[in-house]
Amino acid sequence: MSIAIYIAVMAGVTYLIRMLPFTFFHREIKSRYLRSFLYYIPYAVLAAMTIPAIFYSTGSFVTAAAGTAVALVMAWFDLPLIAVALAAAGTAFVTGIFF
Amino acid sequence: MAHGIPIMLGYLSVSFGIGIMAVRAGITPFQATMISLTNLTSAGQAAGIGVIASAGTLFEMALVQFTINLRYALMSLSLSQKLDKKKFTLPKRLAASYGITDEIFAVCSAQKEALTPAYMCGMIFIATAGWVAGTILGAEAGSIMPKSVTDAMGIVLYGMFIAIFIPPVRKQKSVLFTITAAAALSVLFKYAVKGVSAGFAIIICAVIASAAAALLFPVDEEETDEKEAAE
Repeated sequence: MSIAIYIAVMAGVTYLIRMLPFTFFHREIKSRYLRSFLYYIPYAVLAAMTIPAIFYSTGSFVTAAAGTAVALVMAWFDLPLIAVALAAAGTAFVTGIFF
Repeated sequence: MAHGIPIMLGYLSVSFGIGIMAVRAGITPFQATMISLTNLTSAGQAAGIGVIASAGTLFEMALVQFTINLRYALMSLSLSQKLDKKKFTLPKRLAASYGITDEIFAVCSAQKEALTPAYMCGMIFIATAGWVAGTILGAEAGSIMPKSVTDAMGIVLYGMFIAIFIPPVRKQKSVLFTITAAAALSVLFKYAVKGVSAGFAIIICAVIASAAAALLFPVDEEETDEKEAAE
């Protein structure tokens, strides 16, 4: 299938999600359950996207696992996003020299 | 526009990862740039690139984007209450809604005054410039850098995801529960439940984990605000 069609669908759906409530809605979501669900969704999506895919992200399980470990520790100490991301890559690169 | 500069710098580096990821998935730098320009979202684009790479269906693509980006509907809803109603005419609302991201939402909702089109559009413009430039750099770098470097850079985006979902774990058991459940289900889908495509697996894992978390740990208004500020 043409990649242009994929991109059009991606862009269309993403735009509508942002545009419709911003333009036409004027009420607030009252349901506590629904608000809770929407609160947790980003975390759940990111976790499901990251694990186990991260272990395949560098083409080598060993380098990816090393990068993941460093990222987890740095994220735990609340270091900036970009520092965590680049340290993970740096670790994977250095580990890759040895394995 | 000044408020957009820190966002732009952050986006430059994140979209660099997106660019590299796209090229590794067999997408051209031009296509990657078009994806970034038309979508302006990291997780949605990463998942969308996955769907393209695995030749998924358009229905899957639509559903993946819907689920992952659904949070923007909530942000849009919240921002729509803060708008300067006189200045924000329909065409301006249609234009500004394009740029509602986690970061832009966070900065806009922290403003005391009503939001004007000039304020929002300036910030969105500069943030988008960073997002697109980073994608181009990442995609082009991905095509010319040695394989050992692009292999290692493949982890950048996931490293950033970890940096987003780990810190709240220290404060909130509910988030620990959510990410553990989502990750465990995701592993299950990868190794035990065959035949479900990656995009659908993410949706199913995220919906089950969040639905359970919402039942067990309903959030208060304060927690929601805290999270918005963090993003």
